[in-house]
Amino acid sequence: MKIKLIYFGRPREQLKISSETADVPEGLSTLADLLAWLRERGETWAQELADNRVRCAINQEFSGLTDRIGDRDEVAIFSPISGG
Amino acid sequence: MSISIQEHDFDVAAEMAALRSSSSRIGALVSFVGLVRDFSQEGQIENIYLEHYPGMTEKALGKIIDEATKRWNLIGTRVIHRIGPLMPNDQIVLVLTAAGHRREAFASCEFIIDYLKTAAPFWKREQTGHGGKWLETRDSDIQRMEHWIKAENKS
Repeated sequence: MKIKLIYFGRPREQLKISSETADVPEGLSTLADLLAWLRERGETWAQELADNRVRCAINQEFSGLTDRIGDRDEVAIFSPISGG
Repeated sequence: MSISIQEHDFDVAAEMAALRSSSSRIGALVSFVGLVRDFSQEGQIENIYLEHYPGMTEKALGKIIDEATKRWNLIGTRVIHRIGPLMPNDQIVLVLTAAGHRREAFASCEFIIDYLKTAAPFWKREQTGHGGKWLETRDSDIQRMEHWIKAENKS
């Protein structure tokens, strides 16, 4: 399935990527699965996308690691927010 | 309700005048302006950089203002948040609330900025002599938000 990935904050800077469309294996069903799959891309990815370091949104709603992902979803991956 | 996310600066007096002239029922107008400090735990701040999630950030701010409007009898609100590079002493964020009486205006203004800190997707990077650092949500901000949630449950 195809997932649109967008990165913000620290991961965007450290991974040097702002967005991509990823072809994700069908077996992945949750955000936790997606992050684990992305961490296999290398050491920096493994470090930056540790479960306790990043926060996520699915289709522009804050989401938890057990939330499900689906084909054509927009998934944002970011460091904890800091506005104001 | 009016929300802007912009790179350019804002004029507090002009924003207040615009909100004031929108209704003659307004008895109280409260403003909060957040500024870039020149010092952090890491040392002297040279500059900061702010980014947001186009689409989601506007929606999140809309939800926050809706929630404030449910809790208090508000006549109008105005939120401006800047993005991009900013220098110490620059204005970052403006929250204006207009109500019939001061209690609603004060409380809702504080609520909106507290809620924004924990629920609006913005990211702030501080540049000091020691390099750059992405700031994270502070525990004290989360506690402020928990205070509002408890206040809601009591009423």
